[in-house]
Amino acid sequence: MKRLEAYLSRHAQTLIGSLGRLARQPFATFLTMAVVAAALALPLLLDVVLVNARAATLGWNQAFDLSVYLDKKTGEDRRQALVRDLQARPDVAAVRLITADQALAAFRAASGFGKALDALTDNPLPDTLIVTPSLAASTPEGTAALRAAIAALPNVETAQLDTDWVKRLLAILEVLRRVVQVSAALLGAAVVLVVGNTIRLDVASRRAEIEVMKLVGATDGFARRPFLYGGLWYGLGGGLLALAVVGLATHLLAAPVARLAIAYGSPFRLQGLGLRPAGEALLLAVAASWLGSWLAATHHIRAIDPT
Amino acid sequence: MADTPILALEGLSKRYRRDRPPIFENLRLALGRGDYVAVMGESGVGKSTLLNLLSGLDRPDAGHVLLDGVDITRLDDDAATRLRRRAVGFVFQAFHVLPYLSVAGNVALPLDLLGVTGPQRAQRTADMLAAVGLADAAGRLARELSGGEVQRVAIARALVHRPRLVLADEPTGNLDPRNAAQILGLLRDQVKAHAGAGLLITHSRAAAETADRILVLEADGLHPPAGGR
Repeated sequence: MKRLEAYLSRHAQTLIGSLGRLARQPFATFLTMAVVAAALALPLLLDVVLVNARAATLGWNQAFDLSVYLDKKTGEDRRQALVRDLQARPDVAAVRLITADQALAAFRAASGFGKALDALTDNPLPDTLIVTPSLAASTPEGTAALRAAIAALPNVETAQLDTDWVKRLLAILEVLRRVVQVSAALLGAAVVLVVGNTIRLDVASRRAEIEVMKLVGATDGFARRPFLYGGLWYGLGGGLLALAVVGLATHLLAAPVARLAIAYGSPFRLQGLGLRPAGEALLLAVAASWLGSWLAATHHIRAIDPT
Repeated sequence: MADTPILALEGLSKRYRRDRPPIFENLRLALGRGDYVAVMGESGVGKSTLLNLLSGLDRPDAGHVLLDGVDITRLDDDAATRLRRRAVGFVFQAFHVLPYLSVAGNVALPLDLLGVTGPQRAQRTADMLAAVGLADAAGRLARELSGGEVQRVAIARALVHRPRLVLADEPTGNLDPRNAAQILGLLRDQVKAHAGAGLLITHSRAAAETADRILVLEADGLHPPAGGR
């Protein structure tokens, strides 16, 4: 128990000591943290754009609605049975029936061809079911499968779905998602390299100290410890700085985006990063910095020969 | 049954290149409790190499170095380092004191590595500083001290963790004769008081004569000096 206490105490001392060492060189420390922050802020901002683009298009899943035209022989009982059967499907969120008479009335009101329509002896329009897929089925694949299933039902003449533009939009969002992932990976690697290089210089500047430590019995692991904690602080500081940049950018954009949305009659409002993604970003920053410092400190401390 | 020697060299040989003769070979030595031995030799005979072998910083081509019965040549780097940390104290010609640490911080370094903390750390550091005559300098930075004072710090650091063996490599090489004589006396007294055994490596006859026994390092082994002692 005493050994564990001593071990934890040594780690705590090293943790605080490494922070003190960084605090004694505030400008150099800030520069390193700023580089880490710049590398992290870019993918985080892209992620904010992606999340908001998804949120903005969430209400557009009505674009996936299917128009199901029934044949003229479909009676009232069969229409209601079809509505019930479709509503019972797990991939269907809602079914709305527009009878031929309702459709004609709407067309009459909207088209201005009232008198011409009066000349018709028969209503040419079919009964129509507007089927809204469930959220899970609101994908190009899901709606295509649903359309095929509905088209095969008795009394269904045609089931129509126009999703080309939605497919294009989703493809653009997917490309953006990949861009976020690739840039996050590249800039994460940049954090590893930046912190690794800073720690390399730090090891070089403390070479004499490390030699003495090794001579009097410090293992490489012991000599490495303050540099690992230094890397941790760089990551934490850089991560917090990046979150502050993203928060500030979101704050500055919120009002103009809201005005734009209002101009289009949309209730959409810009969302910030969110607590969980922010926490994950911070963890990633610390992990990347730790990795960079571990790689650099391990390599360069091992190369120091106290003899 | 005889006590296990604190330090035993058994047929120790070292060469730097296969196409060259060994720098030395077949070294044999045993140091028991209270022994304080000086090893002399000309420049280039391998005194520093011997020190590195004794402390596990280098590996021999043949033979063994037993420290308290543990063959340090068979240990991996980390295990050799841990043994060195616990059982060996060093005093170097170049002092190797950290200039930006306080005197007490430098002396306590081996205790820090061994995980000795709190009042025990403070007490042992204070005792050792008092023993080397630096009780009033604990809070000063090492860079503010004179050469003789810095070497006193190094001696205190070498002994603060009560090692089994103290290795001193030309400890007065950078000091004037008056300071050198004081430091050599101090080193001997403190090794006798706080450590198991001491090995002083020097090219100076005067320094060597502060030891109980003198050996001369030559290519074929450790020998008593001509004229004996």
